[in-house]
Amino acid sequence: MENLVYIALFAPFVGSLFAGLFFARSPKNIVVGVVNSALIFISLLASIALAIHVVEHGAIHVTMMDWITVGGLHIPFGFVVDEVSVTMMVVVTMVSTVVHIYSNGYMDHDKSFNRFFSYLSAFVFSMMVLVMSDNFAGLFIGWEGVGVCSWLLIGFWYHKKDVTPDINPAISPSYAANEAFIMNRIADLGMLIGIFLIYWNVGSLQYDIVFEKLPHLGDGILVAIAMALFIGAMGKSAQFPLHTWLTDAMEGPTPVSALIHAATMVTAGVFLVIRANPIYSLDAVSGVSYFIAALGTFVAFFAASMALVNRDLKRIIAYSTLSQLGYMFAAAGLGAYWIALFHLAAHAFFKALLFLGAGNVMHAMNDELDIFKMGGLKKVMRGTYLYMGVASLALAGIPPLAGYFSKDAIIETAFNEGTYILWFALVFTAGLTAFYSFRQVFLTFEGEERYKKFGFHPHEMYRYVLIAMSPLAILAIITGWFKGSFHEFIIRLLPDYEMSHHTHHNAWWLGLLVLAFAVTGIIIAYMKYARKGDKAFKQDKEVESGFLYKLLINQYYIPAFYTEYIVKPYSALSDKFWSIDKAVVDATVDFIAKVIYKTGDRTRVIQNGNLSSYLNWMGVGAVLLILASAVAVVIG
Amino acid sequence: MIGISHYLILSGLLFSIGFMGVLRRKNLLMLFFATEVMLNAVNIAFAAIGNYYGDLSGQMFAFFIIAVAASEVAVGLGLLIILYKKYHTLDLDVISTMKG
Repeated sequence: MENLVYIALFAPFVGSLFAGLFFARSPKNIVVGVVNSALIFISLLASIALAIHVVEHGAIHVTMMDWITVGGLHIPFGFVVDEVSVTMMVVVTMVSTVVHIYSNGYMDHDKSFNRFFSYLSAFVFSMMVLVMSDNFAGLFIGWEGVGVCSWLLIGFWYHKKDVTPDINPAISPSYAANEAFIMNRIADLGMLIGIFLIYWNVGSLQYDIVFEKLPHLGDGILVAIAMALFIGAMGKSAQFPLHTWLTDAMEGPTPVSALIHAATMVTAGVFLVIRANPIYSLDAVSGVSYFIAALGTFVAFFAASMALVNRDLKRIIAYSTLSQLGYMFAAAGLGAYWIALFHLAAHAFFKALLFLGAGNVMHAMNDELDIFKMGGLKKVMRGTYLYMGVASLALAGIPPLAGYFSKDAIIETAFNEGTYILWFALVFTAGLTAFYSFRQVFLTFEGEERYKKFGFHPHEMYRYVLIAMSPLAILAIITGWFKGSFHEFIIRLLPDYEMSHHTHHNAWWLGLLVLAFAVTGIIIAYMKYARKGDKAFKQDKEVESGFLYKLLINQYYIPAFYTEYIVKPYSALSDKFWSIDKAVVDATVDFIAKVIYKTGDRTRVIQNGNLSSYLNWMGVGAVLLILASAVAVVIG
Repeated sequence: MIGISHYLILSGLLFSIGFMGVLRRKNLLMLFFATEVMLNAVNIAFAAIGNYYGDLSGQMFAFFIIAVAASEVAVGLGLLIILYKKYHTLDLDVISTMKG
């Protein structure tokens, strides 16, 4: 079994090295794509085998080697495959496999094909380290690893020039990559402080030891640890106020958006909260947990509202990712960790599918993203329409698809906890979710064929790519059906969460209410965007000049606020420091260099090629040496 | 009575003369003479001190130095002839090709 753990972990790493070391400078090579996809698939098979093993025999714990042993600090390089991590492993490798195969088609014409696979596999490896590590240090390594890979992949098309924010809100891929990385640095500081606090107070970073000793710590320390770790989670999972990087991260290639910025990396924050559930379920930190739930609910609504008006295909999906992450945090904050993990898995499948569908549309439309320029694409892209329709139905929470089971459970949890404000906000957001996801689908695939005006000639994606996407579509449909068995499996590790009798009693109308909101959202979207002829969708200038629309399309002016009040003062301050730096540090260094340079310049005349003067200098040296030894003798 | 100190003073004087010659002379041949003077100054010191202590190794070293000096002159003079053929002078200010 130990070997399977290493295969699952290192197969992606081998793929990354294979592509990176041997093909970095060569032109596109299909071997790279095939080998890397195969290695990820091997990792998937190993993960599934491990999952079966965990179901039957329980968790596996391996220690590969001692990593850091300094004084009292002892951190082994160990991995734990238990119920939570094996779920994550299967989800990550599943989505990764599909995305790798998909990328073979999507990145077909890109000259950096090999580089792309090297990064993508490196990401999968980092993510596996993150979820499998048995201590906080290993988790942090994976955490930073996925951050770096995310940076590399958002900025994948680094050659694109910077443009002004009104043409492209993300300015350029490199700018977006830096934004994501820097914003994550801010949050990672919180995470590091949390880890330091844990080590300081517990003396170990191993999960089992930490969770065993935690209840004996003081309340203040526990709250500080919980807050600090959650700040880290907020950055990685793009929760308010660190959310702006996620939509700008859509500058990366679409497979990257599907894998990293929807299905796996951004859920790492949720994973951290689930993993650290013994901290968050303590009574002392109930305030923090409630804050997590409230913030999650707020982000769910906040992101959904921005998705309502956006015209960019990928950004709409990015907002919906944000919104769904909010749902997961709401569940985790309310103590329903297993429901959060369940929604995480279900969401990974249908959101990745949605993104890959969007990638097909982009591929067909020459990278055009404005849904107002599409419409009626269902004629040419039947397969993609089907996939995106299924994914959107799952996202909207229509039974019997995956999203219905997981999202409904979260909403029910909010009701069960008696937090009716959160509950209503989540129900209302479910309606918004259904509306904006179908607004996007209908604007893209139904209605008038607006793209003809712009001279596009859309075409369907390669057949093998569509076939490769089918596992995700199937999973987006069926995942929900295994809620019962997943529950039984996962509560062996995570605390159980059961609805009260009262909630059970009301479950039927709660579910119906959510469904009613969702269906209403879809119907409104249909009426407004899907029809043809007289009733076809037209841009309404009056609405678009309204305050609310302006507020939403400008993302509540938060990016502008950040630019104006954080970025600009900070760069002004940095300029000041730069001039001080030049006057003090640079000047000192330059002075030393100048002294040495001048000395060399002056003494160079000694080397004049004349033997006689060399001999004179030699004589001077000899006399000096004799004098020195004489002095030494006299003194000594 | 001529004692050890007289020999050593002579040796020191000769060495200084040779040393000054090395420093001041510009002609390569004269440089050779100056080094020979220095070597022989050392030889005098060796022989004198050897005699003073009743130890033969000082004189042995002096013989060695004479032998080495002879071979050095043989090689050095040969080189000087070649240099003279090439530059038609032995003035060091003229033969200074290795500029730094």
